[in-house]
Amino acid sequence: MDTGDGRLRRSIRWGWVGVATVPALFVGYFFAYPVVRILDVGLSELSIGASGLQARLLRVGWFTLWQASLSTVLTLLAATPLTWAVSSYEFKGRRLATALVAVPFVLPTVVVGTAFLSLGFVQSIGSILAAHVFFNVAVVVRTVSSVWSRIDPRLIEAGRVLGAGPWQTFRLVTLPLLRPAIAAASSIVFLFTFTSFGVVLILGGFRFATLEVEIYRQAVNLFDLPLAASLAIVQLIGVTTALYVYSRYQESRSASWEVAGARLLPRPRGAMRWLVGSVVIASLTVLMAPLISLFSDSLGRGFYTGLFGSDAVVGSPIASVGNSLRFAAIATLISTIVGLMAAAAISARRGTLSKWFDMLLMLPLGTSAVTIGFGFIVALDWPVDLRASFWLIPIAHALVAVPFVVRTTLPTLRSIRQEMRDAAAVLGASPWRVWRQIDLPIVSRAAMVGSGFAFVVSLGEFGATSFVARPNIHTVPTMIFRLLGRPGEVSFGMAMALSVLLAAITAGVVMWLDRARVGELGRF
Amino acid sequence: MLEIDQIDVSIEDTPILRQADLTVGNGEVVGLLGPSGSGKSTLLRAVAGLVDVASGDIRWDGASLLDVPTHRRGLGLMFQGYALFPHLDVAQNVGFGLRMQRNATPGPLISEALEMVGLAGYENREVDSLSGGEKQRVALARTLAPQPRFVMLDEPLGALDRNLRRMLMTEMREILTEREVTGIVVTHDRDEAVAMADRLALMREGTIVQTGTLSEILDRPANDWVRAFVS
Repeated sequence: MDTGDGRLRRSIRWGWVGVATVPALFVGYFFAYPVVRILDVGLSELSIGASGLQARLLRVGWFTLWQASLSTVLTLLAATPLTWAVSSYEFKGRRLATALVAVPFVLPTVVVGTAFLSLGFVQSIGSILAAHVFFNVAVVVRTVSSVWSRIDPRLIEAGRVLGAGPWQTFRLVTLPLLRPAIAAASSIVFLFTFTSFGVVLILGGFRFATLEVEIYRQAVNLFDLPLAASLAIVQLIGVTTALYVYSRYQESRSASWEVAGARLLPRPRGAMRWLVGSVVIASLTVLMAPLISLFSDSLGRGFYTGLFGSDAVVGSPIASVGNSLRFAAIATLISTIVGLMAAAAISARRGTLSKWFDMLLMLPLGTSAVTIGFGFIVALDWPVDLRASFWLIPIAHALVAVPFVVRTTLPTLRSIRQEMRDAAAVLGASPWRVWRQIDLPIVSRAAMVGSGFAFVVSLGEFGATSFVARPNIHTVPTMIFRLLGRPGEVSFGMAMALSVLLAAITAGVVMWLDRARVGELGRF
Repeated sequence: MLEIDQIDVSIEDTPILRQADLTVGNGEVVGLLGPSGSGKSTLLRAVAGLVDVASGDIRWDGASLLDVPTHRRGLGLMFQGYALFPHLDVAQNVGFGLRMQRNATPGPLISEALEMVGLAGYENREVDSLSGGEKQRVALARTLAPQPRFVMLDEPLGALDRNLRRMLMTEMREILTEREVTGIVVTHDRDEAVAMADRLALMREGTIVQTGTLSEILDRPANDWVRAFVS
């Protein structure tokens, strides 16, 4: 009896190691190892201390830091009115408003950049900030309103009865309760804008280079890998700090304040109706303007038919759609398998090991896509040279997408009670059969959503792709960027048309996901 | 003296209070008794100014309160479920009302209030770490610390287990008497109402059906429902 039990436990433990190995190797070889190689190259460059290097790193680092900080503050300010409206009141079109607000967030960065150009924005710091706000408003609205709308109304009433006026109640009760959510949203927005690549490259150019853009310029255009690597180190420091702040707030006691479930919100009355109405309409109008402009401008002069033509320099633009769909399919397959194995491994154990494993898998999402792409070309010449391989693109995409699959499936896997598995085991199911018969059917819906996210992520991925794609192979985002880089109205028109196509495919997948109603958008 | 004069209150177009009428004299505690859903909490919320009164009037010493915003009414309301602020510690919760009165040295008053409810030395405890009975006491201390002219307690013992209720019932009565509180205690339990209040008011479907001491009501019940409900 004793030995049998021991053998069973051992076999489960070895099974766990087996399941955990695949994602660990995947993330280890394609992410951790390249990062180590970057550190190696970058640190030796820093130790040599080439002339003017420090000043250069400081200048680019400083610009990246302040534009990200300013973007975060502006996003918070811009999101406040709409967040207030959807958190405080129930009104006609509230669901539609919260759905529409998420649209910019799921759009690929090149589409956002192109949309702002179509609206008449020129390359400037103002354009970068505006696009960052546009892109990230959803993060604040969704994260903060999900807490705000759940604050127990009696806490507010208690403040009023104890003698606090409306503004004082907001300042002393509501705001402190929202602080963890605001901090979490801010650190995510900061992370996104700190590592923003496509938007900055399109709306800023090399004149307004952030770390991300400068890494790209040094590595791809000037082929100064050591300098790029030292920039990447500065980048990693910034990203790690932001992630650390985020996780601190996630773990703090205050994260558990929102105990109340969803409640019925009141309808606005009297003058409030006008205020709520105008806040919602104004916010949505501003948010939709770039997209409407992109769509209407793309309709002129046969830009869409132009996509089917062949071009001496860039090839056939429409061919990039086929490439993108193919890469997305492969990336989705890889990330779903790897992500599910990772989620299964993490959910099977509680403890430090699985927590660290979880953190390791989240890192590629937090780290910039450019660092991932850069790492590939620095490191993947060992043990075999993969750098020219077709597989690099889908693997890079899968790396970015794995955390999405893990995030969507892990809560469901954790909700499966151990007794169910035990019952199946008592009835004679092997650990593998238990997983197939119990876990897999329950998790499959969440896995579909995770796969959908992976597909969308791959379709829109630009930063890593621009490093690893060979010049003759284009995905839709890199093709759009090529078209934008060429002078002429027709090229720009075709870039807009291709952006509309990409946005339409993305929106289609996201709408399908939203109907599946499992994952909540904007919770990353 | 508080006069609730024939008030009507509707919430989302559903009438909750119909011509509700109640007077509470100075130094008197009225036990508002009725089945759940009869409008007891809404009556308190109307007095506090947390719901709109469609018709009728609420007066304090003859002056209407209806146009006075909640935070200037100078009332105390202890919420069902207590509604303690989770981001503040015990002392900050109890001192919230004093802070609103711009009291520069609330410390002694906070300590005094905590001592009164038997929680001396609890100042720096986190609200989350308290037991149900301790939360109830903190909520009572928070309500009474600013010395409101009128106090309303909404199911003050509602969430507690039976033994604790019995114990706290007596204790609450002593505190209310000692502080010479004027107010209303809402409950759906007859014994609680009798133990904590000087006089009972029976509520049914948004109307006050009868008021008086328990023996007065038992002697001369206004109708069959009252007879069945109080006996």
